[in-house]
Amino acid sequence: MSKARSAPVRAAFIHLALIAYTLVALFPVFLTLVNSFKNRNAIFREPMALPTPSTFSLIGYETVLSQGNFVGYFQNSLIVTVVSIALVLLFGAMAAFALSEYRFRGNTLMGLYLALGIMIPIRLGTVAILQGMVAAGLVNTLTSLILVYTAQGLPLAIFILSEFMRTVSDDLKSAGRIDGLSEYAIFFRLVLPLVRPAMATVAVFTMIPIWNDLWFPLILAPGEATKTVTLGAQMFIGQFVTNWNAVLSALSLAILPVMVLYVIFSRQLIRGITSGAVK
Amino acid sequence: MSDTEIADIETVPVKRPTRWHIAVFLAPAFLVYTAVMILPLIETLRLSLFNMVEGQLAFVGFRNFQTLFGDPRLSADFWNALRNNVIFFIIHMLVQNPVGIAIAAMLSLPGLRFAAFYRSAIFVPTLLSFVIVGFIWKLILSPIWGIAPSLMDLVGLKWAFAPWLGKAETALIAVSLISVWQYVGIPMMLIYAALLNIPDEVLEAAECDGITGWSQFWKIKLPLILPSIGIVSVLTFVGNFNAFDLVYTVQGALAGPNGSTDILGTLLYRTFFGFQNQMGDRSMGATIAAVMFLIILAGVALYLFVIQRRMRRYQF
Repeated sequence: MSKARSAPVRAAFIHLALIAYTLVALFPVFLTLVNSFKNRNAIFREPMALPTPSTFSLIGYETVLSQGNFVGYFQNSLIVTVVSIALVLLFGAMAAFALSEYRFRGNTLMGLYLALGIMIPIRLGTVAILQGMVAAGLVNTLTSLILVYTAQGLPLAIFILSEFMRTVSDDLKSAGRIDGLSEYAIFFRLVLPLVRPAMATVAVFTMIPIWNDLWFPLILAPGEATKTVTLGAQMFIGQFVTNWNAVLSALSLAILPVMVLYVIFSRQLIRGITSGAVK
Repeated sequence: MSDTEIADIETVPVKRPTRWHIAVFLAPAFLVYTAVMILPLIETLRLSLFNMVEGQLAFVGFRNFQTLFGDPRLSADFWNALRNNVIFFIIHMLVQNPVGIAIAAMLSLPGLRFAAFYRSAIFVPTLLSFVIVGFIWKLILSPIWGIAPSLMDLVGLKWAFAPWLGKAETALIAVSLISVWQYVGIPMMLIYAALLNIPDEVLEAAECDGITGWSQFWKIKLPLILPSIGIVSVLTFVGNFNAFDLVYTVQGALAGPNGSTDILGTLLYRTFFGFQNQMGDRSMGATIAAVMFLIILAGVALYLFVIQRRMRRYQF
């Protein structure tokens, strides 16, 4: 249908433009990764060259793993992110199911109330959040971060998941009810498995800001035992600012987990955006 | 048959059993969200009306706001941060969103090869944490390491290089552009999705009428994706007036040089938490947060009630 739209010259220009921007997007990441595997002299003399056998060095990674408490930071980030995502998905799916499945008084109002948080950033409540966490004795615990991130992730999760749950066939649920399944069984055994792709989308959307957040770890959990990777890397850069090997290796390590998850979920992410999030 | 369906069919009011499961499904999300987000927001707004008077927290009405807008010590910082924040936002609207739309328009052309690769690669910076983005751009732009000068030398522009992050006149623009680089993936993805949702029949009809290429983009596609551009704009607005991390990682909590990159987020952090010689001030922090809240609320309300209402939505 589209012979006119794909003239070869035009296609070449488009590829040229996209390649140029792709280089702009990836160049800094490339620079970080490549230089993290080089020795100090090579970082300065040939910053853009790939590591060769003579310039290859893992000294940065050795420093990071031995001097910094990076393993601990990783563990903290992992716990906070995984537990928050699990809670956001569970609580979010439950609420989305209630909102999309049942008619009850105040349904729309509840939906609007829960959607408020999509537009109003939780960060603006920091003053009182810190006060509340101090009162509850939760400062410098991972629990405080998990609570904040769960609250932060719920509005968007409920919004996206209820869009998807509306598409689950009513016949299926009715059949389940005729067979005597309880409402809980219908939710957990029939509906949840069907919206799994949407859950993956929500997981990615929820994960990125949590993993990368600097504000709440800085304010709620700056203690050594509860530092996250992002905060740890920030502090590490301050301490080792002259040790470029170490800093570049630390940054490369911090890039890794998000990239892995993105590669796994990227297809879901696109599907989620195209079918639910923007309508 | 479920009780919801019974309720629909019955016309005579019948006393039906309380549907506890609805409450059970809603309770966890409602409780966490209310306790950790909504109540603290309200409490923060309330705190902005209080201040320490003789060691006691006392109601002072709008005096904190008067101090923030008019007191020589704080107001200079505040107006500076607000102005910088507006510039920060304008640069995002002028650079990030048009670039994002352009990339999305190219990606969504039918038959484009490697589209998935480009899309993933261009989205990568959005995934990176500010710590990485801040540090690596500081290195690239640093005259010491010399990446930027030597790259500019390649195209004969070495003379134009300057330590942009270190100069008060250019630092804000440089930081904004770094942020644009990081976040271009978001408008790209959302607009891309919107473009894919335009049905083929519409585009084929346009082609039958001889509308192709550029004019097809301007006359057919752009009007159809306006609602998505509206969403992207309001997301940019909320994100920008809530920003903190990038400035903090690139220029530190003082948002140097000489406060030239200070935005509301960094001002809130310093005021509330204290930094170096400055004592943390909870009430003033709450006041700044309240101002940010009102700005964001005004932007969102403007979008919802004025812009979105006027926008024509097309049903396919």
